[in-house]
Amino acid sequence: YTILFWGNKVVHKDQFYLSERQVFGRIQTVTLIPGDGIGPEISTAVMKIFEAAKAPIQWEERNVTAIKGPGGRWMIPPEAKESMNKNKIGLKGPLKTPIAAGHPSMNLLLRKTFDLYANVRPCVSIEGYKTPYTDVDLVTIRENTEGEYSGIEHLIVDGVVQSIKLITEDASRRIAEYAFEYARNNQRTSVTAVHKANIMRMSDGLFLRKCREVAENFKDVKFTEMYLDTVCLNMVQDPSHFDVLVMPNLYGDILSDLCAGLIGGLGVTPSGNIGANGVAIFESVHGTAPDIAGKDLANPTALLLSAVMMLRHMGLHGHAKKIETACFDTIRDEKVLTKDLGGNAKCSEFTADICRRVQDMD
Amino acid sequence: LADVSHVMGAIKTQSPLPRTFSRGMVQDPSHFDVLVMPNLYGDILSDLCAGLIGGLGVTPSGNIGANGVAIFESVHGTAPDIAGKDLANPTALLLSAVMMLRHMGLHGHAKKIETACFDTIRDEKVLTKDLGGNAKCSEFTADICRRVQDMD
Repeated sequence: YTILFWGNKVVHKDQFYLSERQVFGRIQTVTLIPGDGIGPEISTAVMKIFEAAKAPIQWEERNVTAIKGPGGRWMIPPEAKESMNKNKIGLKGPLKTPIAAGHPSMNLLLRKTFDLYANVRPCVSIEGYKTPYTDVDLVTIRENTEGEYSGIEHLIVDGVVQSIKLITEDASRRIAEYAFEYARNNQRTSVTAVHKANIMRMSDGLFLRKCREVAENFKDVKFTEMYLDTVCLNMVQDPSHFDVLVMPNLYGDILSDLCAGLIGGLGVTPSGNIGANGVAIFESVHGTAPDIAGKDLANPTALLLSAVMMLRHMGLHGHAKKIETACFDTIRDEKVLTKDLGGNAKCSEFTADICRRVQDMD
Repeated sequence: LADVSHVMGAIKTQSPLPRTFSRGMVQDPSHFDVLVMPNLYGDILSDLCAGLIGGLGVTPSGNIGANGVAIFESVHGTAPDIAGKDLANPTALLLSAVMMLRHMGLHGHAKKIETACFDTIRDEKVLTKDLGGNAKCSEFTADICRRVQDMD
């Protein structure tokens, strides 16, 4: 049953009237995967800020270092899998992939375990962190299960290799539906399908067809189509034209990083992975930065903004806005910035500044 | 690629991922020099890089074939709306022609024409509409011709 907290009192749910705005009554457990390198310290930063914001989240820490299962196959630890399946929502820091023979990529393992089919990256220009591009406000939605990364390659003859790009109706429809739902739920104006169906007529053609079909059910969202090379050409000249972009795997891989670059790089870009069965894992997509790990120098912005994305996904818009605003204000103010943002503050000082702002908002 | 670079010796090679390039490219393109890549990545990156310098209206292009064939081309569209009105910007085709001269070993002429073209644009007095001015194609062309002749 649900225990509700109202102030300091524990109240049974039948005695508590939940209006639309009172979603915060229930504390939700989220799986936290701190990760490696700077992972633990930026995770701590996020937890501190959430506490300062009184976000109704409790964290269940898990490790996802791959282990060898009974059949000799690599898998994530059962405790981590159980936790994610129970909580549905996860927040993850950077993971290093050990250089052991045959060891799979950790991210690939997570993706397969939870069928994380959509990679979502909102890219918004950050005031106070200058890049040549000032009006970026777009979202890349990448199909993350098939396409050019299906791993189907074979040798035809010596010196001739073939790689199969797999596009299925189901995966294409699923990602298109997610993109349109996302657009609708986040008050976005348009969804653009990015493709090369002029060249890859069958594969990208199928993808495009599914997008068009799904668009029919979302007349409130504008649907456009654009060739990938044209998107890139225009993106670097004027990214303000773009809104939600949906695309197959490889194009998404490239475009999501390109767009992260427009707003300042992976150190400030949030990311979310949507899976089947309601699972969603939000994560910072930068590396583990072993050279600065443990030195209180890391920038927790990417993980924090991913956690904000997570709050929105959970319907906790008030807390999301509060934390996001505090983070952006700290950066805009330019007084307490970590080294990568151009300052010389410690991670803990940057975090404390955000906490202070969050508390001042109450 | 590794085999060839071993043979060529001194030339440094790297092989980052296409997404690393895209990200790096928009943050600081000055880090990049010559990039070689397979077809799709080239389709994407060549247009991305054209965007960085101002688009297809100012980007040269060359296609190298077997048997010594080489075709240099402007990669923008036909612009039917301004065709025949003396409004077009010849820069892309001109820079492709300069590329062609270099390919033919005519470096002196290439340098002269390229310099004249860049000087006209830098001067900002006689620019076609897409470059932010209101000169005609013929005026833009005449300005470059004048500069080229003044160099002799």
